[in-house]
Amino acid sequence: MRTYEVAFIAAPNTADDDLSKLNSQIEHIVAERGGKITKVDNWGRRKLAYRIGKFDEGIYTFVYIEGVGQEIAEVERRLRVTDFVIRHLTVRTDEDLKRAAKLKAKRKGVVASRNIDDDFDLDLEDEDELMEEV
Amino acid sequence: MAEMETDDRDRRSPRGQRTGGRRRRISRISAEKIDYIDYKDVKLLQSFIAENGKIMPRRLTGVTAQQQRKLVEAIKRARNIALLPFTKY
Repeated sequence: MRTYEVAFIAAPNTADDDLSKLNSQIEHIVAERGGKITKVDNWGRRKLAYRIGKFDEGIYTFVYIEGVGQEIAEVERRLRVTDFVIRHLTVRTDEDLKRAAKLKAKRKGVVASRNIDDDFDLDLEDEDELMEEV
Repeated sequence: MAEMETDDRDRRSPRGQRTGGRRRRISRISAEKIDYIDYKDVKLLQSFIAENGKIMPRRLTGVTAQQQRKLVEAIKRARNIALLPFTKY
């Protein structure tokens, strides 16, 4: 199973009805194809870092999807044909998250200051102590 | 020509000596043990872009090569959905 993050920005003048309609459409598409929505993040209205078309702000939504890929293709198509969606981005996250989890587990396992990072920390602490003494 | 080269070499500071005020020995990414650099974490990413919106070189920020690669990807994603600017002014 793969995990994805689909982000899209709706135009600031979008009606709440249209937005919730799109959300339920996405839900439907994903469910129909055997995927699962694990989380929906609503950032609401936010200032854009740069102008898109004639808009200075947008309504941000992030949808976290678990699935195989087909549902993503359909969701993306849906976003592209929806007029009030001014920008969208899909990111596959399972591989990076797995890597991050592995690193975290590894760090927990090695308590002794065998790796270089820990040595660095120790050096810094020593320096701080020295400074205090002075 | 040969003389100029020696001049350049002499002006270079000895290894390990701090040359600029911006240099940080340990970045926030290492200090807070961030394994997954999220493109949505605008606050974190902002600390790695310069005033004009450019991505800072790792010699100024102190991140590792691996972290820099992930960071660059995250910053570019963030730019794509207008969380970060491509340029400022």
